Amino acid sequence: MTMEWVSGYGLQLIFGAVTTLSVALVALVVGTVLGISLGTAKIYGAKPLRYSAEAYTAVVRGVPDLIVIYLIYFGGTVALTKLTGEYVDINGFAAGVAALAFIFAAYAGDIFRGAIGQVPRGQTEAAHALGLSRRAAFFRIILPQAWRLALPGFGNLAIILIKQTSLISVIGLEELLRASSVISGATRQPFLVYSVAAILYLIITSIVSWGFRNAGIRSNRGFA
Amino acid sequence: MLDFSIMADAFPNLLKGAGMTGRLSILILLLGMMLAVPLAYARNAQSVWLHGPASIYILVIRGIPSLLQVFIVYYGLGQFGFVRNSALWPIFRDPFWCVIIALGLNSAAYTAEIIAGALRQVPKGLVEAAQALGLSWFQTQRKVTIPLAVRAALPAYENEIILTIKATSLASTITLLDLTGAARLEVSNTFAPYEVFLTAGAIYFCITTGLSWLLRRFEVRLSAGHRNEERSVKEFQPVLPGIPDH
Repeated sequence: MTMEWVSGYGLQLIFGAVTTLSVALVALVVGTVLGISLGTAKIYGAKPLRYSAEAYTAVVRGVPDLIVIYLIYFGGTVALTKLTGEYVDINGFAAGVAALAFIFAAYAGDIFRGAIGQVPRGQTEAAHALGLSRRAAFFRIILPQAWRLALPGFGNLAIILIKQTSLISVIGLEELLRASSVISGATRQPFLVYSVAAILYLIITSIVSWGFRNAGIRSNRGFA
Repeated sequence: MLDFSIMADAFPNLLKGAGMTGRLSILILLLGMMLAVPLAYARNAQSVWLHGPASIYILVIRGIPSLLQVFIVYYGLGQFGFVRNSALWPIFRDPFWCVIIALGLNSAAYTAEIIAGALRQVPKGLVEAAQALGLSWFQTQRKVTIPLAVRAALPAYENEIILTIKATSLASTITLLDLTGAARLEVSNTFAPYEVFLTAGAIYFCITTGLSWLLRRFEVRLSAGHRNEERSVKEFQPVLPGIPDH
């Protein structure tokens, strides 16, 4: 019993946790890039762009995450099958990352919009006065300052994202929750296995939230 | 591109699923609120024996995914013989009640945090004034603290309502035919994921967006004369006659 746990099941859970973290990390990076694009589209974009960004946020926020995941996974399979003419099984990791990144971006967009809006106007004007292009002013002056303001909300979203990766288990990717379901089927001890998984999730989310709190304190050095 | 006849065929079944989503949401929110109020008071209490367990409960629930909580209640509890032999087994065997218990316990933690925050926003001076007038603790709560806290908690609680409605989609993972479950069933019958999931998504969107619009109107009515320009709990500033701003 103990040996089984150490050699087989324990390892399977650890691998699951590693998959959970990889999905979360890739989705975080993709979602952040999309979120910044959405935020800037809402602030600087022309009307059609701004309205489409607003509509995107409203739709993704109004629909459960599972629906988005199913739509991308099953919808993607059908689309690719029609496109190539033969049955294509879409990669669970890719579909999961895409779905979570799209969801993350909808929420992150508003956080970045708020943060960019809080950077004093004088900063943009000063950058232009120095002869910086609009692009340089945004990436070198505005965005670095907006990061500090976005950090608390961003950290919250990152923790929600880690918890959302558990939803990917419905499309069969063996992340931490799916691994626990497989093991509890084999051991017939679901309560024990799911409790271990819960503790692993709790450890991960606690470390990440501690990290973001420290990052927040660090980034606020020198500000009252 | 989209086959509208599939959408039209699926629609009645999806609406039936939406009814289940509605029932689940109401019961989850009720259970969550019932547990959240004592939890919130415990969280704000002076005694470590009260605020310690409440804080740990909130921390643990918020640190693990809600789908895992659903699995622990539905699959996990059945592992124990004493649960299977108890009078409560018909409840723990039924996915409907398992979702309500799991998500209700989950919603309680988030709601408690909202209520605890709102209770802390009520100015101390008002509570002291009520005590000076000779009101008992219960009277102070009923006449001063709770009315003010409700207004402060409302925007965040509206958000919690919308999140709960979306969270009920997890019920589909343990065989319940809520809106998401009904959509999955339709997809397995028609294999038209775009049509069905887009229709289901549109129904969800109408429910959440419509409800959030209604709630906001309700909130505006409730705070008539106490209009907070910033709709946030932190900005809560009661406007009371005869009490100078500070």
